[in-house]
Amino acid sequence: MTFCVHCGRPPADGDHTPCRGGRAALEPPRFCGECARRMVVQITPAGWSARCSRHGESTSAEALALTD
Amino acid sequence: MTATAEHTKDSPIAGDILTVAREQVLDRGVGLSEDQVLQVLRLGDDRLDDLLALAHDVRMKWCGPEVEVEGIVSVKTGGCPEDCHFCSQSGRFPTPVRSAWLDIPGLVKAARETADSGATEFCIVAAVRGPDARLLAQVRDGIKAIRESGNDIQIACSLGMLTQEQVDELVAMGVHRYNHNLETAKSHFPQVVTTHSWEERWDTLRMVREAGMEVCSGGIIGMGETDEQRAEFAVQLADLDPHEVPMNFLIPQPGTPYEKYEPIEGKDALRVVAAFRLALPRTMLRFAGGRELTLGDLGAEKGMLGGVNAIIVGNYLTNLGRPAQQDIDMLADLKMPIKALSDSL
Repeated sequence: MTFCVHCGRPPADGDHTPCRGGRAALEPPRFCGECARRMVVQITPAGWSARCSRHGESTSAEALALTD
Repeated sequence: MTATAEHTKDSPIAGDILTVAREQVLDRGVGLSEDQVLQVLRLGDDRLDDLLALAHDVRMKWCGPEVEVEGIVSVKTGGCPEDCHFCSQSGRFPTPVRSAWLDIPGLVKAARETADSGATEFCIVAAVRGPDARLLAQVRDGIKAIRESGNDIQIACSLGMLTQEQVDELVAMGVHRYNHNLETAKSHFPQVVTTHSWEERWDTLRMVREAGMEVCSGGIIGMGETDEQRAEFAVQLADLDPHEVPMNFLIPQPGTPYEKYEPIEGKDALRVVAAFRLALPRTMLRFAGGRELTLGDLGAEKGMLGGVNAIIVGNYLTNLGRPAQQDIDMLADLKMPIKALSDSL
């Protein structure tokens, strides 16, 4: 990831403590990790999808598969 | 119920408040007065377990053992013209939430996910001052598509402030419950929202009730209100006498005026839950947003054993919750039966 999906800044830029805390765990990604564009996020009771106009859509199912 | 009259005639200040509450609320079903709720909110941590046990007894006696499970979804996200200071969907604050519109297949999928979790209630929510014709058409088409998919879950809506015509239209669509949170005490509301008034919200709720829909109205704890204002809010809700009170705990949202607020302490959250139960002995009290952050898993169980008898499962509107199955398992562990759809219809 080039950019933080919670605040849109590079990982080395500034304080990312709020992006790693308990509150951030309750947040879907809001910024594209590739280009930092703000994404259009849809949350449903069992999942989420986040769409970047340049890099396409990611989903909670994909994120879960990456962590398994 | 004329809650105001009942609240004013039984307001003994002297004596231990839990002893008084046991006789007044548990035995007679009369909610606590504002002064009494304030006494409860000021009980020390050493009395918290006793308080929660009493609130649970009150809930069991006046509401029964069943828990109503609900899922919610946002049909229109972000870009709201209002300035509710807690909300990441206000278009007035530099939050990372972008506007989004859920299409009909998305609504059908969300309703299916909700029903599959074991929930009997599905609430369609929009971030708006009030619905326009396009939004109402989307809700109408969404409900029709949900029904045509074979899903008979109960459908509620939360679409902001309504006109009488819009209330009537929702009734005609088969919406059985309407959510419109008063959010906080009347005295604190101007610190939270400046683009509309507490009274405007009350007017919508009055129309909803008169049209025969169930009234759902609660709020958010932890927005800088005092204990006195929490007590005021509890009694104002009792005066409203809603079918359901959703209780949220503030999740400080990036970019909002409340971004730097600290979530309230878990013990304070539990005290508020129990105090609201003692003010509203017969009302459905629902755990809603923020419980994961404020209470964690253990605190959520304590709340379920401290007066709560309904719960939102799964994700919220802009925040994620824990998986629905985790809450369903928690209810099974607590031996709390989930309200069946057949009981609702």
